[in-house]
Amino acid sequence: MTESWWPVLAVIAVVVVTFVIGTFGVRVSRTTSDFLVASRSVTPLVNASAISGEYLSAASFLGIAGLVLTYGVDMLWFPVGYTVGYLVLLVLVAAPLRRSGAYTLPDFAEMRLGSQRLRLIASVLVVLIGWLYLLPQFQGAGITLHALTGAPSWVGAVVVAVVVGVTVATGGMRSITSVQAFQYWLKLAAISIPAVLLVGAWFRHGAPVFAAGDWGTPLSGYGGRDYPVYKTYSIVLATFLGTMGLPHVLVRFYTNPDGRATRRTTLVVLGLLSAFYVFPPVFGALGRVYTPELAGTPAADTVVLLLPGRVFGGWWGEALSSLVAAGAFAAFLSTASGLSVSIAGVLSHDLLGRTRRFGDGVRRFRIGTLVAVVVPFLLALVAGQLDLAQTVTLAFAVAASTFCPLLVLGIWWPRLTVRGASAALVVGGGSALGAVALVLAAGPFTGFVGALLDQPAAWTVPLAFGTAVVVSLRTRDRVPRATSAAMVRLHAPDELDLRR
Amino acid sequence: MNPFAVVAAAAAGTFVAALARWLLHRRDLGSEADRATFATLHTASLAAPALREGLTPDAATAAARHLRTLLGSRGVALTDTERVLTAEGPGADLLDMTLVAPVLRTGRSAMTRPPGTAGPGLRFVVAPLVIDDRVLGTLVAVTDDATAVLARTTTEVARWVSAQIELAELDASRARLAEAEVRALRAQISPHFIYNALTAIASYVRTDPEHARELLLEFADFTRYSFRRHGDFTTLAEELRSIDRYLTLERARFGDRLQLTVRVAPEVLPVAVPYLCLQPLVENAVRHGLEGRAGPGRVTILAEDAGADCTISVEDDGIGADPEQVRRALVGEGDGDSIGVGNVDERLRLAFGDEYGLVVETGPGLGTKVSMRVPKYAPGVHA
Repeated sequence: MTESWWPVLAVIAVVVVTFVIGTFGVRVSRTTSDFLVASRSVTPLVNASAISGEYLSAASFLGIAGLVLTYGVDMLWFPVGYTVGYLVLLVLVAAPLRRSGAYTLPDFAEMRLGSQRLRLIASVLVVLIGWLYLLPQFQGAGITLHALTGAPSWVGAVVVAVVVGVTVATGGMRSITSVQAFQYWLKLAAISIPAVLLVGAWFRHGAPVFAAGDWGTPLSGYGGRDYPVYKTYSIVLATFLGTMGLPHVLVRFYTNPDGRATRRTTLVVLGLLSAFYVFPPVFGALGRVYTPELAGTPAADTVVLLLPGRVFGGWWGEALSSLVAAGAFAAFLSTASGLSVSIAGVLSHDLLGRTRRFGDGVRRFRIGTLVAVVVPFLLALVAGQLDLAQTVTLAFAVAASTFCPLLVLGIWWPRLTVRGASAALVVGGGSALGAVALVLAAGPFTGFVGALLDQPAAWTVPLAFGTAVVVSLRTRDRVPRATSAAMVRLHAPDELDLRR
Repeated sequence: MNPFAVVAAAAAGTFVAALARWLLHRRDLGSEADRATFATLHTASLAAPALREGLTPDAATAAARHLRTLLGSRGVALTDTERVLTAEGPGADLLDMTLVAPVLRTGRSAMTRPPGTAGPGLRFVVAPLVIDDRVLGTLVAVTDDATAVLARTTTEVARWVSAQIELAELDASRARLAEAEVRALRAQISPHFIYNALTAIASYVRTDPEHARELLLEFADFTRYSFRRHGDFTTLAEELRSIDRYLTLERARFGDRLQLTVRVAPEVLPVAVPYLCLQPLVENAVRHGLEGRAGPGRVTILAEDAGADCTISVEDDGIGADPEQVRRALVGEGDGDSIGVGNVDERLRLAFGDEYGLVVETGPGLGTKVSMRVPKYAPGVHA
């Protein structure tokens, strides 16, 4: 393990650049002549870059390569699922959701069903999912700095928590769209350039092949993974359906001017994510050749960071390691700040705003940010170390078991009732979060029960959908009166001016 | 509307609330009579919210159950002048409009029985609902045992119901007033501005006809937006576009004297804001920024992203104003000079709640900064 300060400088550079763009990105004053330039909406490409930048987290940047290294080709479902989630979002949810005018998921619940109690349940779930997603970002930062400099693992978590907490709480992320868009291209560069060079080096070494065995056989249960079929389906369900329910995804969609621009943006996101996800599995596969000893250890997640140094060595290795470290920190920072903004918004508006004790909006937002960052930070210090991508997929599973039924049924099924939606959120969220809590607290478990708890989506998602449908049908006399109006708002094409 | 009746109703409401509070906070619940009073007031308070919706079938149905408890009768019905709004309790369904017609006509309480029945049995005690000498409907108590006490009770309860409905009308008229103010604001595109803009355009007609043509088109678009008829809300993007047209016209007049800084975060462009909520602020800023000085003045317009809210501010570096005068303008006691600002403040509060009013920072000679917070989502608010 090389201990050097170059990656640290790269990380500092990322932090500084992030902060500068975030603070001064829109500070370029416009004079009269380009008023309209100053007030032009974000293009689909920029917004798609921002969405992708915020979405590509520690799990994507580090986790996937580690999982592929350890468990083989089955793990390719992770990048596929993370991407296909946007396809499902595009087809089922994107445009109606934008037309609803909702900024957060609780807003959508209130807009569609008009219930304050449902809104409260949704708010609590947003906070819990956000925390669950923040946890691996902090852990990822810890192991990254540990792998590169030998610093104790809490140092990285502290760095990310402090930078994110301070920038979000002080409103430093004024031009968050440009920051996140920049982070996407930084991450793409940081993973693609080393990957291409590594493949080149691998050819120059005569393309050495490793004894793949079951590693390359689908559903073989390689790496001691039992019940591979069940787990694969569970991952597929969680990632395909969970993306739409992540708190920070919807918030970015709000920036689009209308439903059509939202669809276009989502399409570009699919392209950008597909381009990015080509590269992490390359690291996983080359890791089998050059760093096979990492497989199956907690350090598997660091294969992306260590591989360049191992293959090239010397000055080139240093430079590439620094580049990868910069990309990894861009991943932690962008996802963590996007999530913190979302959680803090929901906390300050829906939970702290219920009493006057916490002061005005600005003060509440600061308190909310503090709570949003500190809770998962403490969890990251005490919780057992799971694979990064596994933890993130748990957040996806909870989102898929709660907000997916709310969004899909809310948009496409006029007979959804408040009770049906609330029951789905409580049952789906309760079962998925219960499984997650058990795994984080006492896991990992073995046997089929262990598989059910490890990857709960395959049973919690159908359970939540079933609950929503059954309860709604049993309370069919309580369909909210404003349902038709809400449905018209969701589905009427943008060209129809409904304001009359 | 009779102001005395409104004041009286408000006073009665306050009194009832105070009494209920006093009763609630007493350690022992008092004598039998006190408890009865308490129960009555409580029942009345349960019926009140529904009645505050006005005299509609839904509101009548929601209130009927409590009114029946209040009357202690077998059943209860509410009618307006044309139909039975709700009929609750056994026998109430026998009521039809011909039975209440005399009461609607005379405005006096009366007792009737279902048609085709004779002797002792079902009776309807009908009391009118009167507001400002207009009979709006009736309250009907259904009973087997028509006593003078019940007749008196029915009349009193009908009076109380009338007061509640009057309050509902008050709410409605307040909303109508706000709407009328928006209309007035639309019509109120300052005549000075129209005059000045047209004069400025005229000055270009010979020297630069192309520019004059562009300005005229801007002027046409600006007036079209300002006079549009539909919708209380618009997107910040549209509002800014209109302000851009306005400022183009003002620049044609002031030239380099009017300096402008605009900084808008693209994230907040889709936010729904009350229609014409920025226009009066920018107009004031231009006027105050350039008034009474020869040199250039600067107007700064900022729209920034702040989590679930967005903050918008309009600032000028002009003569400023006395804070006390601004405060009076905001509560509507001004001399008409800044009527737009008070109107914007009120519409913001109406749409988003009291937390979202205008904030004005100013002092004589210090310039003026007017800022607002607007939530990105608020129930019922769509651009």
